[in-house]
Amino acid sequence: MSERYNQGIRIEGLTKRYGAGDTAVDALKGVDMQVAPGEVVGLIGPSGSGKSTLLKCLGAVIEPSAGRMTLGEQIIYEDAWKIPDLRALRRDKIGFVFQAPYLIPFLDVTDNVALLPMLAGRPNAESRKRALELLEALDVGHRARAMPSQLSGGEQQRVAIARALVNRPPVILADEPTAPLDSERALTVIHLLEDMARQFSTAIIVVTHDEKIIPTFKRIYTIRDGRTHEEAGEGR
Amino acid sequence: MISLAGRDILHSWGKFVFTGVGLGLLIGVTLTMAGVYRGMVDDAKALLDNSGADLWVVQQDTLGPYAESSSLYDDTYRGILGMKGVARAANITYLNMQVRRTGGEGQQHEQKDVRAMVVGIVPGGPGEPGQPGYLVAGRQITRGHYEAVADIATGFKLGERIRIRRNEYRVVGLTRRMVSSGGDPMVFVPLKDAQEAQFLKDNDAIVRQRARTAENPALNRPGVPGVLDAVLASQSVNPFVNAVLVRIKPGFDPEAVAEPIRRWQRLTVFTRAQMEEILIAKLIATSARQIGMFLVILAIVSAAIVAFIIYTLTLGKIREIAVLKLIGTKNRTIAGMILQQAVGLGLIGFVVGKVAATFWAPFFPKYVLLEAGDAARGFAAVMVICVLASVLAIRAALKVDPAEAIGG
Ligand SMILES: Nc1ncnc2c1ncn2[C@@H]1O[C@H](COP(=O)(O)OP(=O)(O)O)[C@@H](O)[C@H]1O
Ligand SMILES: [Mg+2]
Repeated sequence: MSERYNQGIRIEGLTKRYGAGDTAVDALKGVDMQVAPGEVVGLIGPSGSGKSTLLKCLGAVIEPSAGRMTLGEQIIYEDAWKIPDLRALRRDKIGFVFQAPYLIPFLDVTDNVALLPMLAGRPNAESRKRALELLEALDVGHRARAMPSQLSGGEQQRVAIARALVNRPPVILADEPTAPLDSERALTVIHLLEDMARQFSTAIIVVTHDEKIIPTFKRIYTIRDGRTHEEAGEGR
Repeated sequence: MISLAGRDILHSWGKFVFTGVGLGLLIGVTLTMAGVYRGMVDDAKALLDNSGADLWVVQQDTLGPYAESSSLYDDTYRGILGMKGVARAANITYLNMQVRRTGGEGQQHEQKDVRAMVVGIVPGGPGEPGQPGYLVAGRQITRGHYEAVADIATGFKLGERIRIRRNEYRVVGLTRRMVSSGGDPMVFVPLKDAQEAQFLKDNDAIVRQRARTAENPALNRPGVPGVLDAVLASQSVNPFVNAVLVRIKPGFDPEAVAEPIRRWQRLTVFTRAQMEEILIAKLIATSARQIGMFLVILAIVSAAIVAFIIYTLTLGKIREIAVLKLIGTKNRTIAGMILQQAVGLGLIGFVVGKVAATFWAPFFPKYVLLEAGDAARGFAAVMVICVLASVLAIRAALKVDPAEAIGG
């Protein structure tokens, strides 16, 4: 693999076993994966194949059983967590986009996005300024004072993407981000993610079932039975 | 950083305000219960203050005249007057009864019954113990019979006629805040009338009593005709009073004056401090415990409501909490958010409760005294309850797994 992969995410021989004894489930049996900064890769596979489990391991919300994960030079996991504060890791290094936008209903659009820099200790004014810039870039700047419930599904998803991007994380994990959207909007979201990946040198992993968007990926990882297989996609 | 709790409250203010008002009415009831107790204590103190006495002389070995019945001969006061340190001594009687308004001047003659404490006093100069201390209208009782001074809480007006047993009295004066330890307004009448009212039986009973006496050979001896008349005459007077109120001379210690009366007159004497102890610790003790029970139950119910509401609100936000955790919100921040909401609910509740209690207290038939100290203690209790009530919700929120935000 080329040099630039050293700066992105690297996963080697990652395994995850749920439970123990007779009822143990080996959800991941040895996953290898690399995503470079600025790259968007697809992760596809049938239901129950371990996609969500892999995202949760990468997102540092569940602990893998063995293997290695690195982010740039930094080893995050090597048979044990190598980082003391996983909460800060999630806040500063990883952006999340979910199937549903999961915006905080009692915060307006700006503060939904600005909350992350605020949590990281940035002043309110600076956080809001950053949020507004991103909202403008994602074409929802005119809804900045609205409450999430007043937004359409597509607008909400764009706000969620702004939230994932606002702390300039090196990694974004997206779990079926286009599922609630029609094909036109789904493609817009993927193009947005690609733009953002390029603009901010973010490594983006998109878990999807969505036939419409699969052709847009340049590289695709297929996960079957807990193991990954890399393929070249149709995207350019 | 912005206040997550504050934003949430602003966002769902309707829910908060409605719950807060509900909780507030409950807190208002709680404050009122405390006020009812304070009112009882204050009524008891007003009773003692207004009697103008330093010492209460009562029947030996009784807790009279308010907590137990007590009866003394009406000439006992003479012996007491001669004791060292005694400035004034006056007979007094107390009788709880229904007083009926029978008519007034120039107004419709509508009848009305009032629960009152009829106090028999010796008409005398100002400063006589037992006399109503000050009047809001009219004058003191000056004649020996058939005049009355009523507390305005009775609703009687100057010049109205009221009936106590068989006699009618004219209301010549009005006073205020003169109440029995039970909170009933007082009606003052001359002592002689009061003694008669306490004693007087109906005609049938008198006829029957006379017949019984006449049939008793010891009292109606053949050949000694004067005895029966003498006995009957002695049966139809009431030489008893309930207590003698004593005012002591300046510079004397109440206990030092009381002790010789106990020893030489063989009577029970209470000082003001002892009387207060009897009224508050004995007479209203059961009511106080009753109210205490209410307060405990109300506190538990309020706590349950706050806990339930905060818990439900939190359960409704599990998804958001998972997202907040996933994006790196500290547990402390999330716990703080729930705690602040509980405290906010308590604040709304307390303000509503205080306003409600202040609003409705005057409409209570008995005196409700809302003390600032009780409000402060109530506020502290509400805050403690809210903090405790949020524990359940905080535990639920802290158990939320950030992985839930990612889903299956
Ligand atoms: N918390 C869990 N406990 C036990 N088994 C689990 C748990 N989560 C997922 N699994 C199992 O792990 C396997 C992979 O699940 P998942 O990662 O959710 O797959 P996908 O997202 O591709 O549908 C499945 O067999 C699933 O039943
Ligand atoms: Mg899944």
